[in-house]
Order: sequence, then C-alpha cells, then structure tokens
Amino acid sequence: MASKGICDRVAIVGMGCTKFGEHWNRSASDLLVDAVQEAYGSAGIEPDNVDAYWLGTTGSGISGLTLSEPLKIQYKPVTRLENMCATGSEAIRNAAYAVASGAYDLVMAVGVEKLKDSGFSGLTGSAPPGDGTESGMTAPANFSLLAPAYAEKYGVDLETMRDVLTKIAYKNHYNGARNEKAQFQREVPIEKINASPKVAGMLGIMDCSGVSDGSAAAVICRAEDAHKYNDNPIFIKALSFVAGPSEGAKRQDYDFTTFPEVVESARDAYVQAGIEDPREQISMAEVHDCFTPTELVLMEDLGFSPRGQAWKDTMDGRFDLDGDQPVNPDGGLKSFGHPIGASGLRMMYEMWLQLRGEAGERQIADPKVGLTHNLGGAPGRCVSFVSVVGL
Amino acid sequence: MSGIVRYGSYVPFNRIQRSAIGAGRGERAAASYDEDSASMAVEASREALRELPEGAAVDTVAFASTSAPYSEKLNAATLQAATNLPKSVTALDLGGSTRSGLSALLAGIDMASAGRTVLVAASDVVVGAPSGPRESGGGDAAAAFVLGGNGTEPIARLIGRASCTEEVLDVWKSPGMPFAKQWEERFGADVYTPLLVETFGRALADAGVSASDLSRVVLDGTNARVFRGFPRPAGIAPEQILDGLAGTVGRAGSAHAGLVLASALDGASAGDRIAVAVVADGVDVAVFEVTDAIDAGRPKHSVASWVESKRNDLAYTTYLKWREVLPFEPPRRPDPDRPAAPPMQRAERWKFGFLGSRCNRCGNTNLPPQRVCVVCQAVDDSTVEPYADGECRISTYTLDRLAYSLQPPVIGAVVDFDKGGRMLCQLTDVDPDNVGIGDELEMTFRRLYTAGGVHNYFWKARPKR
Repeated sequence: MASKGICDRVAIVGMGCTKFGEHWNRSASDLLVDAVQEAYGSAGIEPDNVDAYWLGTTGSGISGLTLSEPLKIQYKPVTRLENMCATGSEAIRNAAYAVASGAYDLVMAVGVEKLKDSGFSGLTGSAPPGDGTESGMTAPANFSLLAPAYAEKYGVDLETMRDVLTKIAYKNHYNGARNEKAQFQREVPIEKINASPKVAGMLGIMDCSGVSDGSAAAVICRAEDAHKYNDNPIFIKALSFVAGPSEGAKRQDYDFTTFPEVVESARDAYVQAGIEDPREQISMAEVHDCFTPTELVLMEDLGFSPRGQAWKDTMDGRFDLDGDQPVNPDGGLKSFGHPIGASGLRMMYEMWLQLRGEAGERQIADPKVGLTHNLGGAPGRCVSFVSVVGL
Repeated sequence: MSGIVRYGSYVPFNRIQRSAIGAGRGERAAASYDEDSASMAVEASREALRELPEGAAVDTVAFASTSAPYSEKLNAATLQAATNLPKSVTALDLGGSTRSGLSALLAGIDMASAGRTVLVAASDVVVGAPSGPRESGGGDAAAAFVLGGNGTEPIARLIGRASCTEEVLDVWKSPGMPFAKQWEERFGADVYTPLLVETFGRALADAGVSASDLSRVVLDGTNARVFRGFPRPAGIAPEQILDGLAGTVGRAGSAHAGLVLASALDGASAGDRIAVAVVADGVDVAVFEVTDAIDAGRPKHSVASWVESKRNDLAYTTYLKWREVLPFEPPRRPDPDRPAAPPMQRAERWKFGFLGSRCNRCGNTNLPPQRVCVVCQAVDDSTVEPYADGECRISTYTLDRLAYSLQPPVIGAVVDFDKGGRMLCQLTDVDPDNVGIGDELEMTFRRLYTAGGVHNYFWKARPKR
C-alpha cells in the first residue's frame, strides 16, 4: 500500500514569494496580493486563466474568502486548508492532484501567515475548547527533547552536540545572508549562537526559527501544458504526506531520535520518484529546520546520512551551500523565517529558483533533483510532507 | 464505638523562612503556585484512603476550609472525583471558621455513629496581610480522616467531647476583604481562656478520664495567648502538650488541629489518650483513645516525613506572587484557555481520577484512555487502569522557559510508568538543577492554572517525597 504518485505529470509554471519578516505595515491580505501577483506575472497569466485555488493558513483567516476577497477572485473555487506547520505543502499537494485528475487545467497553491500581530513570543494558536489536561509545553520545549536523546543514543558528548546545533544555525544564517527575501539577512557569529538566551532545554533563541509574516504562491498545471506558460517549468516527481497515530507520545519504545512520520513519507516519496539512494540522488533539499536539532534528525530520517552519522556530516560541511548535498540553501525556517502557512511554498520557491538557475549568489551548481520536507506537530506526534521535484 | 479508622496528612514541599519575611525564627509551609486547599485535601485524602480496612466503604465526603477554591461550586465534589470515590457519596463543604476542621471531624464521627463511613478533609492556604502575624505565623497544609462506626475497626475511638460557642469578634473576614483581621489578642485571651478550661473539663468528664490520663494534648486556636493561662487550671503538665509545628509548618487554619492530631497518632501506642482542643469562635474538644489497630492503620507518610521533605529557600517576592498578593509582569504568551465544562465532564475519570485504559486484546496501557489501542488498534475493548499511585520515572525531560507559568521554567517530562504507559506531563516540587533521566516520580493532584474563574485541576509528577 502506498500512493501511486504523479511523477512528471504535473508542473509548476510560476511562483511568487514575499520577503518574510516583521511586516508591521502589511496585513495578511496585503501579503497575499503581493505573492499572488508575483506568481501571475511569473507564469505570464491573468487571473481569469486560473481555474481553482488552494489557500493554506493555520490562523490568518478562515475559508476561501481569505484569498478571494483581497484578490477579488471572480466566483471560483478557493479551498482553505490547514495541516499544522506543513500547511503550505498541503496546498501544493492538493492543487497538484486536482490538475492531475483533469478536473482543472490551471490552479494556484497559496500560503500565508501573519504571526506578528499577536504581540506574543513564539507561536500561538487557538485550540478547540478542551478539558485542560494538555501538557502546555511549547514547540521549542517539545523539539528540545531531540538533542539530548540523540546525543545519548549515539555517544555524542553534549559539548559536541552544542557545536553541531550551532553549525546548523550558522549554516542557515550564512545562506539566508545571501537571500534578499529572508527575514534575517546577516551571518551570525558562532559565539553569538552559542551564547543566545536559553528558551528550552539546550536550545537558545538562535536555535529557533524566525517568527515572521509572509506569503508565497505557485501556479500549477499538467506537464503537457507546462511550456504554454513557461519555458523553464519544474516538474513534480513525488508528493507524500503522512499523519502519524501519535505513538511516540504514548509508547515507551519511542526514543526521540527520529520522526517515524518522516521516515514513512520519505520512503513513499522515493518510491514515487524512483529514488533509490537519496544521499546521492537528491541534489539539494529544503527541510523543516524549525529548531536546529530537527534538521539534524531529518538528515537521517530522509536518508541523507546513515543513522548516527548526521552530526558528523553536518560538521564536515556536507550540507553547506558548497557541500555535496546543500540543505536549506535559502536560509531555511531558521533564517528565512517561518510564517506557517507560507513555509511549504517558500521551500518550493527555492527549488524553483535553484532548478532554473535563478538563485544568484546562492546558486548550487547544476542541481537535478530537489527535495522539500515540511513537518507539523512535535516529536512523537506529527504530520510530515515530502516532495521531490526536478527538471 | 465510632472513631478514626484511617488518617493522612499533607504538608507542601515549599517553605519560606520567616527571616525572609523579616518576622522571627523558623519557617512556614507554603502551598506551591499550583496548589490550593482542594488539591492539598486530595493529597491528604489519598494518604487516608490508601489501605482502608475491610468493611470501610466511604459513603460521605466532607471538605472543611476557610480558603475553599470555589465559594460556590462544591469543593468536596473535586475531592470525590480525584479520589475515585463513588458518585453515590453524600458530599458537603464546611468553613466559616478555622474551628471547622475539628467540627467536621466531630460531625463525621456523629455520622459514623449513624452508620455512615465518612472522609473528612480539612485544608487551608493561609494568606495573611504582608508583614502581619498571620502571614508569618500561618502555614499551608491538609489533614484527612476516615471515620467509621460499627463494623469498622477504628485506630482511635472518640471517648469524650464537649463544645462551646461564643459570639465574639476575634478573627473576621468579610467577602471582598483580601485578608482576615484580628482584634487585639489580649482581649481574645481574656474571653477564650476560661471557656477553654471549662469546655476541656467537660470533655474529660464525658470521657471519664482525668487530665493526667492524657498522653498527648493538642492545642490549636486563632490566638496563641489563650493557651498561656490554660495548663495550670486544667491540670495539664507542659510535657503533655504536643509540639504545635509552629516552627516548621505554621498554623494551617482549619487543617491545623487535624495535622497535629495526625502527628500525635504517628507516635501513638495502643491505649494512649489524646485530647484535641480548638479555640476559634468558641471551643471544641475531642478526646480519643488509641486502639490496638493503630500499627496497621498508619499512612505512608508521617507528618514528620512531610515536614522533613522540603525546599526552604522560597523568595518572599515569589511567595507573594504565588498568593496573588504581588502583581507581576506576565510572560509574553497568551493567557491559558478556560477549560470547558463538557470536555471536563467527558474526561472526568482521566482529569480527576487519573484512570487510564488497558487494552483487553494486547495488554498495552493507554494514557489518556483511548478508544482505539495505540499498539494493536483494537476498538472499544479495554478496561480501566488506575494510575494515580503508579510507579513512574523520567524517560527524558526539558526546561521550557517560554511556557506560561507562575514559576518558570516549566519542567516538561516524558514520564514512563512501570506498569506501562507514557505521558508528557509537567514536573512540580522539583529543583531544575537537580533533575535527571531515570529519576523516580510519583503523581500529585494540582491546580494547573485558573482562567475565567475556573480552576483547572490535573495531575503532575513530582520527585518521590
């Protein structure tokens, strides 16, 4: 049992992405207008050409009206969806399947989040009325459990572990410093990362992704139509999504050094795309580095590093911009920022730029196959998305 | 003859040194930010209910306090739910005076004589006006007693009693007043001391014993000056009077007489006679005779063991913040949501009773109880599994400096139970610098927070005390 996949049957023919950051002077509606207009222009289309829209946002609006109203979309289907931090990727997946089915010819996937209007630190969300028995732990606390567990399992002393986490933050800021749309466009010295105020467990502020506002959009059609809109389309090789049964939060055999949901979604995606050796065949990846230890664990769950080796690969520079397998070349959640509903589309936007040779200073030499990975939830209790895209 | 079948006590982990308040020697017990009189009553009651003798099935629950978490909504119902007592119990709240603890005990014995089996829990969080004697002299604690009549074997029988009620302005607190006030103590002493001597004498006469027959005398009241003139006319020798825990706990309001009585029972032998007197708005005196059953009836924790298990470096400002006396800068996080009534009702056995489920097909345990087993996916095929007394330990943990709490950082732990089952829960009564993977824990009933006037009770784990 697995998804059959739509390898090479669907293409992305245009994309838009706002700068991510603290947009005090721009509403969610403003950000949507900016990203969607850019995507229209990128694909060389008019609003009339688009048959249907998928809008991902976790909390910046409800219903398709969140998009149709600011854009004045003329009586067309707009689906609003949510799947925690993987929301943006879900917009892509559902939009892609809609054109693959033949129900529509040209669709748009859009993501947006306006986080900085809340006045609070970190993420906030409104849960349904509850019985008050939830743990109340924050996202950094949940993900901080990964670091000591990984260190213990693989015999990495905590000082080295700190160096590994710092290296991940340093790398992603290095990349973001070369990205004019990133929230944080400065390199951050190692000492500053090491000394950042503690948030949870081993994690300091500089181990956490940026809380930001932003929007991104993609224009999607069937592969056979792709060149009608764009001379350099990119093609979807695999789209995989997994919601776990929340075993890790309930079973004592879960050890916080892996995301079973990621392992399964990657396996499924690689089957769809015909990838047998992800370490060699994936040229580059945008992964869900919500916190630095998440990226470390993902390198193993995605098969980029053997179990217990990702920390060495990280320190050896394998995942650096000029390494063998660059990870988060655009700065990742860490440096580009993490407006939840937009992040999955932002990851795809970097694939769009890199595969088309438009990444400027960040351009990776001759990439063939890219991967995006988007996660929502917490270790032991999460959803995971993996896409593979290429030329 | 009716009497005490089982007893239990509870003294919170935190103490504040009186020198930190600028008020004398010793220290007082301070309920943590996540405790109140109801949660502490649950802790004391769990002690008393742990090993009930055969034939003792509690059918009545009484909660006595002058600091009840709800002024309207039955606090005894929280106690019933958290101790998994049957819903068929009669439940009542008492209060209005710190004498209510001993009054409830006596009323419970009367009910026991009428054939009931009664859990009486007295508990108080005593908050005095800053710099006042009630702040430094008060303490927070709870005591619980199971009272039974014929068919149960008491560890201490009530052999005599007497009461006196006096309309007098001694300690008072009207609705809306943040702190209780007290009239000049010299006045109270002059009114109360003769009443105590007279009532004490009647109780001894009722018991048919003389003062010298008493092995222990427990004296408690709103006004310590009352007792200065008491021993000589009552014929009591100083060595008969039990330490009132003033230096270690402080006077714990309506719970105090019960707490000191519990410490007397901790050290009692069969045949001992113990008199308990509380002086507040009058006098109640009870005389007990300890039976042969005492050795089998002691709780897991003695009062002394609770007193010994402590952290006593609580800062005065932290204490004032916990008691909501001192306003403070809140964390830059949303206020927690008020828990909703229907979900709480549906989850009552989990939220209050801490009951999980065990899959009938594969034996796996699920916390919280699941309709579909997380291991074998069997549907609606499980039995109830109690967890409140489950042995458990830290699988891993983290310090959460971002989460909303009156005492950051929140320590979140992945807790694994020896009998199976895992949950992510907060640790409490723990030093963040002294916690480690593998540490043994025990569960404790707490008030996580209050939102919209609704107290959100649930369980946390603490290092073993």
